[in-house]
Amino acid sequence: MSERELDVPPLLERMAAGLTRELERRDGGPPILVGVHTGGVWVAQALHERLRARPPLGTLEVAFYRDDHATSGLKAAVRTSEVPFTVDGRTVILCDDIIHTGRTARAALNALFDYGRPAAVLLAVLVDRDARELPIQPDVCGECLELAARQRLKLHGPDPLRLTLEEASP
Amino acid sequence: MSRLTIHGGRVVDPESGRDEVADLHIGDGRVLAIGPAPDGFAAEARLDAAGQLVIPGLVDLAARLREPGATRKGGIIPEARAAAGGGVTTLLQPPDTSPVTDTPSVVELIHSRAQSADGARVRPLGALTQGLAGERLAEMAALRDAGCPAMADGGRPVTNGLVLRRALEYAATFSLPVVLTPEDPDLAAGGHVHDGETATRLGLPSQPAATETAALARILAIAEESGTPVHLGRLSTARGVEMVAAAQQARLPVTADVAIHQLLFTEHDCAGYDTRAHVRPPLRSSADRDRLRRGVADGTLQAVCSDHQPHDPDAKDCPFADSEPGISGVDTLLALTLRLVDEGLLSVPEAIRRVTAGPARALGLEAGTLAPGAAADVAVVDPRARWRVTPESLRSRGHNTLLTGWDLAGTVTATVVGGRTVHVR
Amino acid sequence: MSVQLDAQGNLRHLLTTEGLPRELLTRILDTAGSFSGVIGKSVKKVPLLRGRTIINLFFEPSTRTRTTFELAAQRLSADVLNIDVASSSTSKGESLLDMLRNLEAMQCDAFVVRHADSGAAEFIARHAAPGVAVVNAGDGRHAHPTQALLDAFTIRHEKGALEPLTIAIVGDILHSRVARSQIHALRGLGAGEIRAIAPRTLQPRGIEQLGVRLYEDMDAGLEGADVVIMLRLQRERMRGALLPSEGEFFSRYGLTEQRLERTHPQAIVMHPGPVNRGVELDPRVADGPRSVILQQVTNGIAVRMAVMSMVLGGQGEAAPASIEEVAG
Repeated sequence: MSERELDVPPLLERMAAGLTRELERRDGGPPILVGVHTGGVWVAQALHERLRARPPLGTLEVAFYRDDHATSGLKAAVRTSEVPFTVDGRTVILCDDIIHTGRTARAALNALFDYGRPAAVLLAVLVDRDARELPIQPDVCGECLELAARQRLKLHGPDPLRLTLEEASP
Repeated sequence: MSRLTIHGGRVVDPESGRDEVADLHIGDGRVLAIGPAPDGFAAEARLDAAGQLVIPGLVDLAARLREPGATRKGGIIPEARAAAGGGVTTLLQPPDTSPVTDTPSVVELIHSRAQSADGARVRPLGALTQGLAGERLAEMAALRDAGCPAMADGGRPVTNGLVLRRALEYAATFSLPVVLTPEDPDLAAGGHVHDGETATRLGLPSQPAATETAALARILAIAEESGTPVHLGRLSTARGVEMVAAAQQARLPVTADVAIHQLLFTEHDCAGYDTRAHVRPPLRSSADRDRLRRGVADGTLQAVCSDHQPHDPDAKDCPFADSEPGISGVDTLLALTLRLVDEGLLSVPEAIRRVTAGPARALGLEAGTLAPGAAADVAVVDPRARWRVTPESLRSRGHNTLLTGWDLAGTVTATVVGGRTVHVR
Repeated sequence: MSVQLDAQGNLRHLLTTEGLPRELLTRILDTAGSFSGVIGKSVKKVPLLRGRTIINLFFEPSTRTRTTFELAAQRLSADVLNIDVASSSTSKGESLLDMLRNLEAMQCDAFVVRHADSGAAEFIARHAAPGVAVVNAGDGRHAHPTQALLDAFTIRHEKGALEPLTIAIVGDILHSRVARSQIHALRGLGAGEIRAIAPRTLQPRGIEQLGVRLYEDMDAGLEGADVVIMLRLQRERMRGALLPSEGEFFSRYGLTEQRLERTHPQAIVMHPGPVNRGVELDPRVADGPRSVILQQVTNGIAVRMAVMSMVLGGQGEAAPASIEEVAG
């Protein structure tokens, strides 16, 4: 097993820049940030500071929206979603740490829409890892990586944020 | 009838005090001699019993064959054969059949079925009251003449003290012993298990030990006045054993039995809602079980019975309270009795006595002995041959036993009833 | 050995709170906490059990419990079928097993069972087809695990950690499946002291062995209690020889404002409902500031959502070591 670490701050900077560009292009008013538990919330917090967004941060627990409940069950620690504002007509930046199959993003979109009807949703991820199983692509990502199945990418946090890439011996 | 010699076995006849390796000679359905063959005796058949026990056939004081009535659970023919396979040569069927055994015609029906069974002798107990309703006396004299050796309440206690007193007095007129079940129906009401820790844990309606002792005190008080020999069936409590012992000490004509499962199991065996442990009276505490065992050892309890109650699977395959009480026991009575020897509770002759002469004398039956002249009812048992209890190894139609999967020592290799070999293994 | 846990220790059925490991009890309450958030949303529903069928199989009428189970299932997007056997024209000869087989043939995923016989839910669980979960909604005097869990949830929510708490359970302990399940659940969660207060006719034999202190005098039993749980007294029980009258019961074991003064000043009052006002509880106490009876009802939905989502999850292949890994 080998492990290497990726530097997180440059990825966040790239995301913040990408988001700023995207928001200017759209001109949709001040955005609200919503992070997907748990890594996505850390990413959202980091972006919240960098974008100097004003409204409070929202958090989403997507366990109740997953499509693998029947086979995999509920994970041990289920957290609570908190969306302490109305999302109707707003631009929502949905943040997650890693996009891989796209299933979490799908679940997060469903969860988000139970709170209202946003004007637009932007998907921002720290790392875009390939092998998508659903037609969902991020609007902004810190890094794109092509990884083999045996490679495991994991975000540790919240302070400091560390991104590790583990590789099981083939 | 054929002449038979059972050769070279250890003949144990508790009543005559015999315990020796000897030949047993049988002719005309009777025991002719033990030891050297009588002059001019030429056996037509020979059973080799070397290394085995040759004992009187077992007398089982409570075996429900489910006929007439619930033949989906059993039947006289299969169950009498199963009993013979378990070494039982005489069994008494309680009168709570359907219809109730309260008329000579029901007795005749049972006899005629039993005759074609070629198994254990079946002796129906007559109902003490008509329909076992506890109101009007049954025709006891007619029932006796039809062949009932004793009268019984069939597990449905006579609640009216006056009726009970008259029933005991009337039975005494015809020298009929009476088998009574000590159970206070009000205290028992709805209680399927002993009022103890298991009942509390499982949340099952329970019944206290007083269910038995309150009824017992009443029976003893009435029996004392009438002087009728009373046999108390299926004791379950420590205090009950004490009360019977005290009555016997006061020279009351009182005998008692216990179902073999009460000596092995306790309320804790009902854990997990195991309906196989649903019996009546219920399995009680380990202190009760221990006192019952001592009662068997010291002779307060003269008899150990199977309390055989075969059931169809549906009767037990339901929630505990909906299940029917009872254990299928004729197949395992002898092996479990020998287990009491292995456990050091009883000597071989004393253990054999509790299932032969003990029950026979309690009800005045001519059975349970190998004395020359006695009916040739014999069981030959290999005490070391082990067998596993499985639905296939049970001969009874009822597979409702707590012993499934147990390895038991004591295999009946041959059973002789009235000189006829009805079972050979 | 336990029927309700699988080899990995996950909840397969919920039949009793007895013997449930502390981590699992805590996990149920935590999950219920997450579901409380769901109930607060504008769309009070999640798609977790979409396409799954839950049958509420009630052999004993209980509008309240059935309704909360139904609502919980609906909020998980499951399809719910209510079968009231007590009122249906079930032919008498049909055995419980026959009925079970017939219902399973309708491809259901879970049974929520209420039955008058102790052990009925366990019986059904033992005989249910693999993959069909059973949730006990009350069996005889034996267990009512979701009620006990929602009570524990309510206590934890109102009072925090259970370790320092003294909890008094008052009334008909003998016939109460709620009390038995509460005792097991609260002990499993590490509650400080559990007291049972009842006249001798309503005490089950050997209840102390379940880990409670028994009191016959209510005033003594309430002394310093942090939580008072009043049990429901079935009215038909008061006509028999168990108790002379409702009035006498209330005078000795009813919770009045005066008696409440013996408890801890911040003590809460609970009742599984429906309350017999003036029998178990003085109406002023039932409606008073200490009463959390309505919170219990609300919490019941979240707890039942948690239980149903747990017993209906992860029945396929062996669950991956961490859900996080397959996320992405």
